[in-house]
Amino acid sequence: MAYSEKVLDHYENPRNVGVIEDDMSVGTGMVGAPACGDVMKLQIKVNAEGIIEDAKFKTYGCGSAIASSSLVTEWVKGKSLDEAAEIKNTHIAEELALPPVKIHCSVLAEDAIAAAIDNYRTKNQ
Amino acid sequence: MSNIKLPIYLDYSATTPIDPRVAAKMAECLTIEGNFGNPASRSHSFGWTAEAAVDNARQQIADLVNADPREIVWTSGATESDNLAIKGAAHFYRKKGNHIITLKTEHKAVLDTCRQLEREGFEVTYLEPLENGLVTVDMLKAATTDQTILISVMHVNNEIGVIQDIEAIGEFTRENRIIFHVDAAQSTGKVDIDLDKLKVDLMSFCAHKTYGPKGVGALYVRRKPRVRLEAQMHGGGHERGMRSGTLATHQIVGMGECFRIAKEEMATENERIRMLRDRLYNGLKDMEEVYVNGDMEHRIAGNLNISFNFVEGESLIMALRDLAVSSGSACTSASLEPSYVLRALGRNDELAHSSIRFTIGRFTTVEEIDYTVELVRAAVEKLRDLSPLWDMYKDGVDLNSVEWVAH
Repeated sequence: MAYSEKVLDHYENPRNVGVIEDDMSVGTGMVGAPACGDVMKLQIKVNAEGIIEDAKFKTYGCGSAIASSSLVTEWVKGKSLDEAAEIKNTHIAEELALPPVKIHCSVLAEDAIAAAIDNYRTKNQ
Repeated sequence: MSNIKLPIYLDYSATTPIDPRVAAKMAECLTIEGNFGNPASRSHSFGWTAEAAVDNARQQIADLVNADPREIVWTSGATESDNLAIKGAAHFYRKKGNHIITLKTEHKAVLDTCRQLEREGFEVTYLEPLENGLVTVDMLKAATTDQTILISVMHVNNEIGVIQDIEAIGEFTRENRIIFHVDAAQSTGKVDIDLDKLKVDLMSFCAHKTYGPKGVGALYVRRKPRVRLEAQMHGGGHERGMRSGTLATHQIVGMGECFRIAKEEMATENERIRMLRDRLYNGLKDMEEVYVNGDMEHRIAGNLNISFNFVEGESLIMALRDLAVSSGSACTSASLEPSYVLRALGRNDELAHSSIRFTIGRFTTVEEIDYTVELVRAAVEKLRDLSPLWDMYKDGVDLNSVEWVAH
C-alpha cells in the first residue's frame, strides 16, 4: 500500500511518544483492541487555565494509526478541552490523506481524544 | 552492506525469479528462428519439434517426482491443477460418495474449490491441524465416513512451510479406496517426492515457485491404479482429453528445465538455504516474546515464519520496507483479518497480526541475511518503544484480563 508523505513522516519521526506520569492534571485515554490490530493510548496534561499543555501517545497499530495519534498530540497541545473535542476524524483523515481502508485509524484517534478528555473530567469533577 | 541491493527479496514462497538457464531455454521457443510450432500440428516438422520439446519437458517433470511421463497433464498453474484434481475427481466419483476431507490451512485454490463443490451438494470437512500445523492419519481416520471419496492435503504449507506426512496419509487412503490429492506447489525442489513409493493419486505442481515461469503447471494423474477425472476445460482433446488447450511450448519447456535443475541441485541447494535460514533464526531468537509459527523440524529449509508479540504486523512491514517479506496480517488487502492459517493453528489474533514470513531461496546471500537481522531487530525495538501493549507487558499486566473497547 502506498502511504502519503505525511503518514510516512509521522511514522518515521513520531511526535510526542511517551508516557506522562499520572496525577490529577492528566487525562488518559486508551482505545482499540489488540485483536483488531490497533490500540491507541493518548495522554493529555491540563494546566490551571484548562489548556492542554502537553500530550503524549503510544500506539500499537499500522503506520496510519501511528501517524493519526502522532498528529493529534500536536493538534491538541495549546487547546482547551472543548476545542480539542472539536477535532474530528475527517480533519485527521484529510490532513494525512488516508485511504478509505484506513479511515478507522482516524476514528480511533478521535475516540482517543474523547477518552482522554473524559478521563480528565471524571477525575476532576 | 555497501554491496547489498535493496530491497532484499525474501519472499521465495510467493514466487521465484526465473533461473537464467531456464529463461534461455524458453527464449528458444518463441520466434521464427526458434521452436515456435504448435505441438499438436501433425503435418510438418514445426509441430514435430515442438512436440519433442514438450515430451522432453514432460519427462523432466516425471523424473523429479519419479513418475511416468504419461501421468503428467499440463495446466496453467497449481490453481488450475487443484481445480482439475478436486472437481474432476469429485464429479467422476460422485456416485461412490459425496464427502471430501481437507485442511483449514490449505491454499485458497483448494478451499475455494471445495466451497464450490459444497454448493453443488458435496459435503466437505475442513480439519483443524495440530498447533504445529501438522495433521495425523488418526485425525483423517476419525473424519472419514463411508461416503468419503477424496482427501486433499497439501505437501508443504505456503505460509509456515511445514511438511505433511503424505506417505502415511497415502497408506491410509489407498487402503480405504479414497482418492488422495496433494497440492505440491511449494514442495518441488525442496522435499524429495517419489511417486513410485508414495500412494498419492493426484498431485498439483507449478513452475514459478521452483525458478520457472508463471502461468504453467502440471497435474500428476496416477495410472496404476488408474484415477479418472472429469475434464473441466473442454476443447481439442489435448492431454488425453483431461485438459484441452494449445500447449504453451515455451512455458512447458521452462517448467521442464527448472524441474531438471531442481532434481540436480536440490540436495546442495537445500543445505545452503537451511544454513541461511538458521543464521536468520539464530539472529532473532534471543529477542523477547518471539514465536516461531509451525513445526520447526518438519519444515522446508527456506521458511521462517515468526511472530513478534506486541508489534503490529503492518507497521512492521512498513519498517521493513527494505525487505520483501509477507505479513500474516491481511491489513494490506483492505480487510483486517489476520492470517487464516495462523488462526487455524490456534494462534491468537495479536500473534497472527504480528507474524512475518521470511522465505529464502537460490539467490539469497549471507550478507543479505545479516543485514536483515539488523534491520528486523531495530524495527521491532522501535515499534515496541511505541507500543502501549509492550509497556503493559513489561508492567506485568495480563492483556487477556483487560476489557478492550473493540471497534
